Amino acid sequence: MLSCKHIMTVSDMTPDDITMILDTADSFTEVNERRIKKLPTLRGRTVVNLFLEPSTRTRMSFEIAAKRLSADGINFTASSSATVKGESLRDTAKTLSAMACDLVVVRHKYAGAPQMLTECMDAHIVNGGDGVHEHPTQALLDLYTMRRTLGHLEGLRVGIVGDICHSRVAGSLVPALRMVGATPVIIGPPTLMPARPDVLGAEVVYSLDDALPTLDVIYMLRVQFERADAMPIPSNREYAKLYGMNAKRLAAAKPEAIIMHPGPMNRGVEISSDVADSPRCVVLDQVNAGVAVRMAVMYLLLGGEGGGTAA
Amino acid sequence: MAYRVKAEVMDAAAIDRSLTRIAHEVLEANRGAENLALVGIVTRGSVVAERLADRIHEIEDAEVPVGMLDISFYRDDLATRMNPEVHRSDIPFDVEGKDVVLVDDVLYTGRTIRAALDALMDYGRPCSVQLAVLVDRGHRELPVRADYVGKNVPTSRKERVKVMLAETDGEEGVFILAEDGEGEA
Repeated sequence: MLSCKHIMTVSDMTPDDITMILDTADSFTEVNERRIKKLPTLRGRTVVNLFLEPSTRTRMSFEIAAKRLSADGINFTASSSATVKGESLRDTAKTLSAMACDLVVVRHKYAGAPQMLTECMDAHIVNGGDGVHEHPTQALLDLYTMRRTLGHLEGLRVGIVGDICHSRVAGSLVPALRMVGATPVIIGPPTLMPARPDVLGAEVVYSLDDALPTLDVIYMLRVQFERADAMPIPSNREYAKLYGMNAKRLAAAKPEAIIMHPGPMNRGVEISSDVADSPRCVVLDQVNAGVAVRMAVMYLLLGGEGGGTAA
Repeated sequence: MAYRVKAEVMDAAAIDRSLTRIAHEVLEANRGAENLALVGIVTRGSVVAERLADRIHEIEDAEVPVGMLDISFYRDDLATRMNPEVHRSDIPFDVEGKDVVLVDDVLYTGRTIRAALDALMDYGRPCSVQLAVLVDRGHRELPVRADYVGKNVPTSRKERVKVMLAETDGEEGVFILAEDGEGEA
């Protein structure tokens, strides 16, 4: 059983929780390879996807995960709901609670919104990304992909490259890597680093070319044009030149190193098209892992309800 | 709750003889091994299935495909008895049209078998499904019956049946365990 009722931040979890989620996801990967990709496991449970910020892959991934476990999935998006009529998040949460939902996946533009929901409803809450804070299921599926591709997690050097300051992906991945015994290395221009990068507990490197030959995983972050008010980089071309992954840089990396990206990719900015389409780029494996990992999270949160003891 | 061994109902030799007999019975009922496949329910069911396949190989010189099934995701008591330790199902052959022998160590309420049938059907449509168990301890709660039984062991619901196999437990034997302070051995 997981030690936490909600999936809120990576630091709420224990290394055992992470291992349990990854091991359970292995079983679901097997299910996802079958012709009939459906299990009766969560029949009759209701999962709400409360996505108050645009999302394609995360929302679809949770939706598919819920459907494959036979849970009833309801999608709630900001544009087609009472939110446009001015309903507060707290009231929306209470409404969902009154409808007896079992699990709510929340994405919100403000950090801490999912945490607030835990205080006003009984359901399990899964943080589907809150502002620039955390995106824990992304970190879990990234770990799963690394473990599946490279065979282990302990001792890996994982370079996370780009907009560390605005990235909730980095916010979850850095502590998650530390928890499983890997070494996170954050790489980016000083303008895209947080004010105190040292407190993250990652190695800090400002030159991608310096760090490149030591890395087992090169994790490219998306340049988030929508989040930075004025992008603190001179131009996309300069960014691509200094921090973009391209064929030349790939050749300088360890021969077995893999390229990861949380998506959606800005081709030509942080990653060149030829690298994005190369077999060493495991972006689609990450998407594939996302479904299995989210099935595992739902199963482990909802499966043990009732608290009975094993007979 | 503490349990102690009340009786040993099968030893290594008895398990061995039962499996040899079941292997012969399976071959007799199916007129050979041609369309057969064995599917063991993890963990001890799959050990028994492997041994049956070896036995069938010795008798008929035929390779019978063996798969293993984890039924955690199909249980009806998920709410109260979830076992977070899920194993991978692995059925490396097409069950479509096969005569599948489902194998488990102990048959009790029948609920595990109900779940296993559901799980199996998600892999395809077998021609037939038969059930082989090492021990039938009675107390069925569903209309389930085994086609091949190693040993019928009358038990009380308060007792437990413990099957130990060399591959998983390091030793061999079938034991009845009783709660401490009940029913003298």
